[in-house]
Amino acid sequence: MANLTFDALEKSYGGYHAVKGIDLDVRDGEFVALVGPSGCGKSTTLRMIAGLEEISGGEIRIADKRVNDLPPRDRNISMVFQSYALYPHMTVRENMGFTLKIAGCSKAEIDEAALNAARVLEIEPLLDRRPAQLSGGQRQRVAMGRAIVRDPDVFLFDEPLSNLDAKLRGQMRTEIKRLHARLGTTIVYVTHDQVEAMTLADRIVIMKEGRIEQVGTPDQVFNHPATQFVAGFIGSPPMNMVPAKVAGGALWFEDGTELPLPAAFEELSDGHEVIFGLRPDDIYPEGHGLDAGTGDIVNLQLTVDLSEPLGNETLLFIRFAGAEWTARMLNPRNVARGERLNFRIDMARVHLFDAATGCSLGRQ
Amino acid sequence: MDRNASARARKLTSRWALNLALFVAMAIICLPGFWIVLNSLRPTVEIMAKPPIWIPRELNFDAYVAMFSGVGQGGIPVLEYFRNSLIISVTSTIIALAIGMAGGYAFARYRFAYKSSWFLGFMLTRTVPGIALSLPLFFIYARLGIIDTHLGMILVYVALNVPFTIWLIDGFFRQVPRDLSEAAQIDGCTRWQAFWRVEFPLARPGIASAGIFAFLTSWNEFALASQLTRSTGSKTLPVGLLDYTAEFTIDWRGMCALAVVMIIPALLLTYAVQKHLVSGLTSGAIKG
Ligand SMILES: Nc1ncnc2c1ncn2[C@@H]1O[C@H](COP(=O)(O)OP(=O)(O)OP(=O)(O)O)[C@@H](O)[C@H]1O
Ligand SMILES: [Mg+2]
Repeated sequence: MANLTFDALEKSYGGYHAVKGIDLDVRDGEFVALVGPSGCGKSTTLRMIAGLEEISGGEIRIADKRVNDLPPRDRNISMVFQSYALYPHMTVRENMGFTLKIAGCSKAEIDEAALNAARVLEIEPLLDRRPAQLSGGQRQRVAMGRAIVRDPDVFLFDEPLSNLDAKLRGQMRTEIKRLHARLGTTIVYVTHDQVEAMTLADRIVIMKEGRIEQVGTPDQVFNHPATQFVAGFIGSPPMNMVPAKVAGGALWFEDGTELPLPAAFEELSDGHEVIFGLRPDDIYPEGHGLDAGTGDIVNLQLTVDLSEPLGNETLLFIRFAGAEWTARMLNPRNVARGERLNFRIDMARVHLFDAATGCSLGRQ
Repeated sequence: MDRNASARARKLTSRWALNLALFVAMAIICLPGFWIVLNSLRPTVEIMAKPPIWIPRELNFDAYVAMFSGVGQGGIPVLEYFRNSLIISVTSTIIALAIGMAGGYAFARYRFAYKSSWFLGFMLTRTVPGIALSLPLFFIYARLGIIDTHLGMILVYVALNVPFTIWLIDGFFRQVPRDLSEAAQIDGCTRWQAFWRVEFPLARPGIASAGIFAFLTSWNEFALASQLTRSTGSKTLPVGLLDYTAEFTIDWRGMCALAVVMIIPALLLTYAVQKHLVSGLTSGAIKG
């Protein structure tokens, strides 16, 4: 077990700057998720930790020891690949025991370790099969078993669940969480699925174009996004956003709609161009919301374009200030297309971002 | 007849038709080999008879007995030729495989300048007919003093085989996902160990095919060997066949007998190696 530190970590491929200086401290035993859109450098960062990719600048320390120049085998990490990367010519037992075999352990030790890992992951009956004879979910378990057997300082996961169907993904997610609780090993987990990141991680690192946008607990990044990008990336369905302008203690939208300026943003000067952001949970038809009871509620008559019933809730698509918005309707009832409803907006939960920089204007 | 029965009947007929077609094709392929074996067992008169005699009247092993009896009693130095062929083919195959593995791996895994030009260059050497090189080779070898030596022939066959082994082995290494070698390195292997324990076993079918191919090429090659060898100390079996030609006659029976002696080791080797030729070794490595 160990902590993990990035110090101004950089990576360039020829002329292309894939990772542009990352600073991060991962505590011992912490579960950190790296999220971000495709191509933002998540895998590259992970592969630099593993030693599979050379580090172009900065430093990585595992257990306070600089590992920049160590080969993967000397870093005491283990990695679960997106493709699983099981050795097809070995049985499940041999796959999981391979690392001990290389380390020169005895056959008895290897078999015992493989059996233990198989027990943890409930794949004992599969021990003598080859990867080609396993289902996707079983391969995923074997890949995790192989990582466990190494008993590493740090576990690295690169989108381990992205090849599974939705149901299995949910199951494996729980399993990974249980595994972390049980082993307590430091984990760096790459995913582009923000739900996975939110449910699993102690802290989430949101990356964009090779830089860190925000680091925080799931609660922080969800409720206090530091930038417009983070706000749009975390949460499903995504936050509704629309440009607005501050004038005379109110927010003016492009189509002439006016909303009062929330109390938290009263210092904003007139003429400030902002992005108005509101989560679908914070705009709802009257009587169908969480009603936090802050009292700072605005009522609006809006027309429903489309509704998506999900059973326990219904997503309503509405037009507001020239943009398509989503609203979440709890305790749903049938809503007809074109129906006009009285929507409530919880102004205390409004996010404002600077239109020029994208940075959050308060509520940090 | 209902539709199920007629569909079954159709399936059965097409299966038999396929079997018949396969049998005919195999018969055509095997006939020359069979003819050689047959001719090695019967007198020249019968071989040369017109119209051909299909059912032999008399079979004996005289040609084989004669072949292994000493020079002067109708024999030729078969054992020496065999030894030469074996030394030259095995050594050149091993070298061609070693270079082919290193080269194929490099082409499959590494990026370097002018990679595709190099690759194309190797392939282009295959377009030159070997016989066109025999005269230049003869001069160079004469200067170097390696004419009529094992070394000379080994060099020729290595050069002949390397482009092909590289090409074939490259294709097989490409099929081995890069992730596997990386996973092995994380599991504690050095690059070298990762290669031998994971990538090599998975590319083995390709390496085995390349090996068979290289061996058979050197084993059967005649044109260059006939130019570059002349004494019993280095002549290979195909060149040895010429010992059965005299100024005005050709001992067809003896030639066929020697041909059979040549074919047997090649068959045995192919048989021994074919269990490594299974395909689909890499399946199951990735995804679901
Ligand atoms: N070997 C390479 N050579 C050049 N550029 C590369 C190489 N590997 C990755 N890149 C580039 O680096 C950037 C970051 O890649 P990376 O694989 O880390 O993305 P990612 O965040 O993991 O994306 P995804 O979610 O799609 O897996 C990408 O723009 C990619 O094109
Ligand atoms: Mg990736």
